[in-house]
Amino acid sequence: MNRRALVSLLILGVALLLLPLFANSYLLSVATLILFFAFAGQAWNVMMGFCGQLSLGHSLYVGVGAYVAAGLFVHLGIGPWAGVWLAVALCVALGCTIGFLAFRFGISGVYFALLTIAFAEFTRIGFDHLQWTGGPGGLFLKVAQRDTIDIANFRGPPAMYYYAILALAAGALALCSWLLKSRAGFYWQAIRENEEAAQALGINTFRWKMLAVAISSAMTAVAGVFYAFYYNNLFPEQIFHISRSIEIILGPIIGGVGTLFGPILGAVVLTVLADGITELLAAVGVEVPGIKQVFYGIVLLMVIMFLPNGIWPTLARKLGLVHAEGGK
Amino acid sequence: MTWDLVANVLIAGLLTGMVYGLMALGLSVIFGVVRVVNFAHGEMMTIAMYAAVILFVGFRLDPFLAVLPVAAAFFVFGYWLQKGLINPFITRPEHSQFMLLVAVAIIMVNVLLMVFGPDARNLQVDYQLESFEIGRLLVDKARVYAAGVALLTAGALFGFFRFTLTGKAIRACADNHLGALVVGLNVKHLYALTFGIGSACVAVAGCMMVLLVDVTPNLGPAYTLLAFITVIVGGMGSMPGAIVGGILIGMSEALAGLLISPSAKSMFSFGLLILVLLLRPQGLLGKKP
Amino acid sequence: MSALLEVRNLSKAFRGLKAVNNVSFEVPAKGIVALIGPNGAGKTTCFNLIAGEFAADTGEVRLGGTLLSGMRSDQACKAGIGRTYQVVKPFPEMTVEENVVVGALNRAPTVAAARCAANEVLKLVHLDKKAHIRAAHLTLPERKRLEVARALATQPRILLLDEVMAGLRPTEVDEIVAVFRTVNQETGLAILFVEHVMRAVMALAQEVVVLHHGEMIARGAPDAVVRDPKVIESYLGAEAVDG
Ligand SMILES: Nc1ncnc2c1ncn2[C@@H]1O[C@H](COP(=O)(O)OP(=O)(O)OP(=O)(O)O)[C@@H](O)[C@H]1O
Ligand SMILES: [Mg+2]
Repeated sequence: MNRRALVSLLILGVALLLLPLFANSYLLSVATLILFFAFAGQAWNVMMGFCGQLSLGHSLYVGVGAYVAAGLFVHLGIGPWAGVWLAVALCVALGCTIGFLAFRFGISGVYFALLTIAFAEFTRIGFDHLQWTGGPGGLFLKVAQRDTIDIANFRGPPAMYYYAILALAAGALALCSWLLKSRAGFYWQAIRENEEAAQALGINTFRWKMLAVAISSAMTAVAGVFYAFYYNNLFPEQIFHISRSIEIILGPIIGGVGTLFGPILGAVVLTVLADGITELLAAVGVEVPGIKQVFYGIVLLMVIMFLPNGIWPTLARKLGLVHAEGGK
Repeated sequence: MTWDLVANVLIAGLLTGMVYGLMALGLSVIFGVVRVVNFAHGEMMTIAMYAAVILFVGFRLDPFLAVLPVAAAFFVFGYWLQKGLINPFITRPEHSQFMLLVAVAIIMVNVLLMVFGPDARNLQVDYQLESFEIGRLLVDKARVYAAGVALLTAGALFGFFRFTLTGKAIRACADNHLGALVVGLNVKHLYALTFGIGSACVAVAGCMMVLLVDVTPNLGPAYTLLAFITVIVGGMGSMPGAIVGGILIGMSEALAGLLISPSAKSMFSFGLLILVLLLRPQGLLGKKP
Repeated sequence: MSALLEVRNLSKAFRGLKAVNNVSFEVPAKGIVALIGPNGAGKTTCFNLIAGEFAADTGEVRLGGTLLSGMRSDQACKAGIGRTYQVVKPFPEMTVEENVVVGALNRAPTVAAARCAANEVLKLVHLDKKAHIRAAHLTLPERKRLEVARALATQPRILLLDEVMAGLRPTEVDEIVAVFRTVNQETGLAILFVEHVMRAVMALAQEVVVLHHGEMIARGAPDAVVRDPKVIESYLGAEAVDG
């Protein structure tokens, strides 16, 4: 990264901090959604982008994280600040179980991806039958007083959620950029590029892959807790569904797998695209169910075909934010 | 619960499982040769089911006859999908291929939604309510015929790969991509053929499935997952494995529906999948890598 | 001279084919030993057994007295084995420097220290000018040197080189031979290398071990081995003349 990039990042940061002052509630909700996907995408990117382990089941961690925190809150009155620890612990345990089984039994690539889907689907159906969390009927949090801020229980106006997810996304960016420059970052990339060679250079690949899974699942669990308290309702059918996993990973893939800003850019592009299509169709007066997603699918197809490494690497070079070769 | 009931349910599961097996066979053949996981497989299955419904409603064409034009159309579609869209992706990383097919799947589901709306469709043939009586067992006629066609198609495919030159060339491609290139096989064409054949399998399975269940546009992802499970349980790349996997999944679904609740049936399948991945990752009939 | 690397009765079969069959030899401390033999003789398999890539069927490997058998490749590396791959395995999306930093982190306490060490090694193998380009853009000879740099950066006690000179021009061979000789003399690093380029074998090796069909058929000083009739018959043939 060079000076130009630093300045741009600073301006962006200030703009995001000031956004609630002049944005209407619609814009604020869109921005919150973007930051949510940027955060969750960043989490997925640690596992796939950095370490090369393709997970298609990240909805598992969003869902378990959300349900644990929400369940504790609804049934036992325990607020999210305590709940988040349990959510993270449980998701890390789940992630490490999957990782342990897969890496010890030599499951990788497509098979690993399918194993992650299987665990997510298995859990989804499990929650459908779990009465404590309301089963398929869903679990609901009492909708907050919109004007008072109750930090202890994480209830408050939309701007509070916006700042919370902004802090999370910024924290994730900082964490990831630090990780990438640390020993872990070098080891993960080496494992991603060629696991056998990495191991021959003295890297205990099993342990470092487990670390990537643990960090990724922990971050995603936090995203899940946020989701629960922001949306106030949870249904297994929605939160564990494979399309939720796909939503999470689309951003980093469109933005640029393995890059720091790819997940953020991807989240912006996808959310704006989806909303833009909705607005456009409304303006034209077309209202056929499904047409929006068809456009969405076509644009995805185009991006994947013509920008195989994602938008960010190309864009960054065009804008002069990185040096031609070397920096990422 | 009587033993008759259990036996009836198990036989129904076995027969449905053969149709699952044929669907999974398509996925298995494509993965075995092209090494691309078709994440739009279930969506293609749903399209085939709608095609059978249209041909029946519009032209009074029985699904057992509709199989032929639908399979032919799917073969052509699959051929061009591979040649035009997927081929440039076969050297790209897995997540890239995955995204491509997810995009294709999203388009397919939603085009169906646009055209047919979200409501379930089905078709009524006169033999659908009839059944064979064997002692105290009752077996639906439609299910027996559907399973028969599935087995026949699978058998034809075995024959094709074993005895025809093209089939052997495709197998050579699967075993050794580079070698196939060296001896001058047109790998691109053979890959496209394979994708076409895999698609035709799905088409036949779809036409049969519509005799057994109603179709809605969003069935796609569930069928995609079902096909994955079947193939992994049976053994990726093993053709008999796909059918055996299908039968196992069909019967376990039927049993779970009977013993626990219909909504838990796929939990059984996923449980089976996790067990197989861990204990025998190459699948029941797969060869050790 | 005490032996640094001891290979005792090592055997490995692949589906009945004996790739390595009861092979024993040793590499003395600070020594340079060449492992030669025709294609398919089992040289690379020997390396894989020493470096923990495969588990041996029978036999054992010791490094400075420590038993390596049963170790994974990362443990073998930690114990002091640095190896290159005959079919190079760079990390293509990482820069040349980053590739070597990964190796250097094996001993370096921090990334900064590893970066320093990596740049030293890159100078040594003449790759310092390419430090900031991605490994994917290197030519094959450069990739082979990158393999060497990465292995050297792990600060091994013994370096295993698998045909790193294949495809080089004679002047380039002399250049890299000089590099290895310098490293060996200055740091006392022991080297075991597989090579078909006889020019390099004769120039570098203090001792030569010859494998054929997985078995050791000769062993001794380079000049003696190239005159051994068994070796000439099975391997060198015409090559010995123009070597
Ligand atoms: N992973 C493996 N699986 C099965 N067979 C193998 C494997 N690795 C090597 N072999 C076989 O073992 C024998 C020895 O191979 P190896 O690669 O050790 O030979 P080499 O002496 O290094 O030959 P070259 O000079 O061609 O590099 C060969 O017949 C080879 O086919
Ligand atoms: Mg070799």
